[in-house]
Amino acid sequence: MTVRESEVLDVERIREDFPVLEREFDGTPLVYLDNAATTQTPTQVIDAIRDYYLEYNANVHRGLHQLSQEASIAYEQAHDRVAEFIGAAGREEIVFTKNTTESENLVAYAWGLRELGPGDTVVLTEMEHHASLVTWQQIGERTGADVEYIRIDEDGHLDMDHAREVIDDDTAMLSALHVSNTLGTINPVADLVDLAHDHDALAFIDGAQAVPNRPVDVEAIDADFYAFSGHKMAGPTGIGVLYGKQHLLDSMEPFLYGGDMIEKVTFEGSRWNELPWKFEAGTPPIAQGIALAEACDYLEDIGMDRVARHENELAQYTLERFAEFDDIEVFGPPAGEERGGLVSFNLESVHAHDLSSIFNDYAVAIRAGDHCTQPLHDKLGVAATARASFYVYNTREEIDVLVEAIDDARDLFA
Amino acid sequence: MGIGGSDMYRQQILDHYKNPRHYGEIEDATFTHVGENPMCGDTIEMDVVLDDDEETIEAVAFRGDGCAISQASASMLSERLPGTSIEELREMDRDDIIDMLGVEISPMRVKCAVLAEKVAQDGVEIYLGEKDLDRTKTEDDDPDVPE
Repeated sequence: MTVRESEVLDVERIREDFPVLEREFDGTPLVYLDNAATTQTPTQVIDAIRDYYLEYNANVHRGLHQLSQEASIAYEQAHDRVAEFIGAAGREEIVFTKNTTESENLVAYAWGLRELGPGDTVVLTEMEHHASLVTWQQIGERTGADVEYIRIDEDGHLDMDHAREVIDDDTAMLSALHVSNTLGTINPVADLVDLAHDHDALAFIDGAQAVPNRPVDVEAIDADFYAFSGHKMAGPTGIGVLYGKQHLLDSMEPFLYGGDMIEKVTFEGSRWNELPWKFEAGTPPIAQGIALAEACDYLEDIGMDRVARHENELAQYTLERFAEFDDIEVFGPPAGEERGGLVSFNLESVHAHDLSSIFNDYAVAIRAGDHCTQPLHDKLGVAATARASFYVYNTREEIDVLVEAIDDARDLFA
Repeated sequence: MGIGGSDMYRQQILDHYKNPRHYGEIEDATFTHVGENPMCGDTIEMDVVLDDDEETIEAVAFRGDGCAISQASASMLSERLPGTSIEELREMDRDDIIDMLGVEISPMRVKCAVLAEKVAQDGVEIYLGEKDLDRTKTEDDDPDVPE
């Protein structure tokens, strides 16, 4: 297959936007392969934060003064920008939260606690992140609803036959990952949402590993709720997003109470503000919201199709290199199948944490542990895995350094 | 290198990891206790035999699973403990363990290094009725351990 010039990323050019990539440790250049945990931040996004604090730092929706108006407009427009980025209808459907986990908790508390009861089921997947798994377990305990899990097969795909079994008329909510943070599997979320809707259940899609690296259209998926985090998509920490269909957000009670989320307060009671502010109590993450909008601009300038292709290409190259060695076990879909930009693996003779420590000699940053998917690791039969995950600025040469570091660890433990 | 690197994996550590001493079980142990480091998935289960006065450790055996630092630390501690008093064990802290290992332990790996020590200490306290605990976890309960 020939790839046209316009379809590939100009990685060298992109790397110039990320000053942290110039860091060296004892003369060894940083190889940052922990992007599924958090991505690095380009100067454009850092400048957006700096401009806000240098030029128009003020609280939003409160002051009538010039600075507050500027901050309010920028913060509100950031919602519009994010809505556009994921194909939502408008700002009414975009709630800024702290992170994906808070987005999941918002729906679990504001909708789940009120709507669920004995006899209802919440359907998750075996590859679910603790963000949804722990949250819905707790809501299940409080409401009497059962939590069920769609099985995964040996290649890390959802067993869709099993999905058709567990999603039934008792199902009230389906919560599933769009892209697995451990396996890299890209789940057929539109099909899952259809299944849920066939049984009048709602569908929550966790897009923390999808929005950063592929075009996402929440209306095409038809998700009722969709969540992701700023810091995994070249944006800042401290901001996440909850997309919700407007009629659902309208019908829900607030999650957090306080300032800014009210329209009218008396000693007797309160009326709630309009969407999305009803769900954004207190002073929101203003600088972070504005910077997230900048991150959307940054990624769209590169092109989300190109980002997806680049990530998959690096993952496939990693699988190719790892296949040279009998003692490297990889998890997730087989080589050749499109996946998110990450590969979890284990080296037979070296525990993942030892591997990660040894990699410091090569200034290679990876994640080692359970990646917040302990039940999935139990199912895989391992306590921990090492995970290399990629972003727009990573190169094949960096993966070669990773393989070199693995060689060194193997020799050390031989 | 900033933290850790292969310097942590000196010959002594690797030797204890690959050939753990006192690995196994003691059937009529005075007490047995188990612990884990949830971050790494390391586990250590330790059998301890006390003398008749219940003042001195006579024998130790352990079994476990996990990273080289946690397992080497358990192996070296099980060599060190026989002949020492319960009081000495209770007074041990992370610095003693790091001295015993003989290498710099990066802050993120201290939990791995101190797991065996904490299992032994908790085991004694539970046996003496001073503590009620099913399972030791090297998590937030240890102020010595950086998060």
